[in-house]
Amino acid sequence: MHDLIQRFLNGERRALARIISRVESESPEGRDYVRALFPHSGKAHTVGITGSAGSGKSTLTGALAAEYRKRGKTVGIVAVDPSSPYSHGAILGDRIRMQDLALDEGVYMRSMANRGALGGLAPTLDGVVSVMDAFGFDYVLIETVGAGQDEVEIAGTALTTIVVNNPGTGDDIQAMKAGIIEIADILVVNKADHPGADVLVSQLQGLLSLAPAGTRRPPIVKTTALKAEGVDKLADAIDEHREFLKASGTLEDERAADARHQVLSMARSILLERIRESTPAAELDALVRRVAARDIDPYSAAEELASAVSHG
Amino acid sequence: MTAPASQKIRVLIAKPGLDGHDRGAKVVARALRDGGCEVIYTGIRQTPQMIAEAALQEDVDVVGLSILSGAHLELFPRVVEELKKRGVEDVILFCGGIIPEEDTRTLEELGFKAIFRPGTNTQDIVKFVYEHANK
Repeated sequence: MHDLIQRFLNGERRALARIISRVESESPEGRDYVRALFPHSGKAHTVGITGSAGSGKSTLTGALAAEYRKRGKTVGIVAVDPSSPYSHGAILGDRIRMQDLALDEGVYMRSMANRGALGGLAPTLDGVVSVMDAFGFDYVLIETVGAGQDEVEIAGTALTTIVVNNPGTGDDIQAMKAGIIEIADILVVNKADHPGADVLVSQLQGLLSLAPAGTRRPPIVKTTALKAEGVDKLADAIDEHREFLKASGTLEDERAADARHQVLSMARSILLERIRESTPAAELDALVRRVAARDIDPYSAAEELASAVSHG
Repeated sequence: MTAPASQKIRVLIAKPGLDGHDRGAKVVARALRDGGCEVIYTGIRQTPQMIAEAALQEDVDVVGLSILSGAHLELFPRVVEELKKRGVEDVILFCGGIIPEEDTRTLEELGFKAIFRPGTNTQDIVKFVYEHANK
């Protein structure tokens, strides 16, 4: 383990790739790597990119990374795609949209399957992001699984959250609904060369004008990611948001909020793991069958499971 | 035949060279997905450098190359060389496509553990991956 960490700290990309795999395996060893490298993290600016399937997240992520390279910055990318609920396998196809960066030494791109996690992320994403941060990239871009209305978890992982919208995908009432639109630090209207882009921009502006006075209004940036149009403005908007976080003193709050999210989600998975360890499969099976047969309600069953851990 | 979440086999499926026929590669990628693997699919027109770099960054256990252009004896050695250059020497290699029988020996010597030609049952490919990826 020590050797791999040394190679990692020397900037060896293969060591980074290996360590990410260990972290992804959710093994105790993987946790030790996160522990060892965490003190080196906290320097990168983390940017989450979310939006519905086909909204252009991957293409936009690739174009944004290319823009940062033009500006002399290094970029780590984590792109999450869904796992099959049946076979637990996955097709991870985000590299296809990022071919231009394939041989750039200043870019490291990693595909992750969400392995059944909800919220558009993957169970070990926070660990993987902190490892990438510790490697020394200036920016770490996190592309979520195609997200609908309610996958807001990315806001707890990234300092700046970008929500990608497209023209022609619903009226302004869709946008007024609670959920994903609320977590945006920056709103992007991608595929801005399609009809209806300006209508969408004015609908979003109308929506933002309803926000209470004194709150920060996220900027709206029009992009055509396929042609790299507007991506420089998006990079500027991200830097402005970063400056805003620093100047308003909210950067610390934002980091604390992200840490709270991380700690709670890790505690949840540790507890769940302990429950699984302390409950034989046959016992769990018997318990859930009693629930299914209505002999016991699910709350009582869950309390029974949880108490096995808290007293043991 | 699915591995537990923590021991996913990661497979890179790539098409080196200039032929654009990716149906076979997609069928194999899909079969491996349904077999429980995490498949990184990079699409057509990949250079040997791009394939090796993707294998490194994605830390895959297995690399499968699909080719129909007949340039396998030109391109495959270069993929192997680029992998070596990056210290990626422990991946399982396999290939598929239009590859004449007489080239089998050369490819085996290069390190390819299997060649899957037209007519292969996809389950045989899944089985191969599970047997060799050692997880």
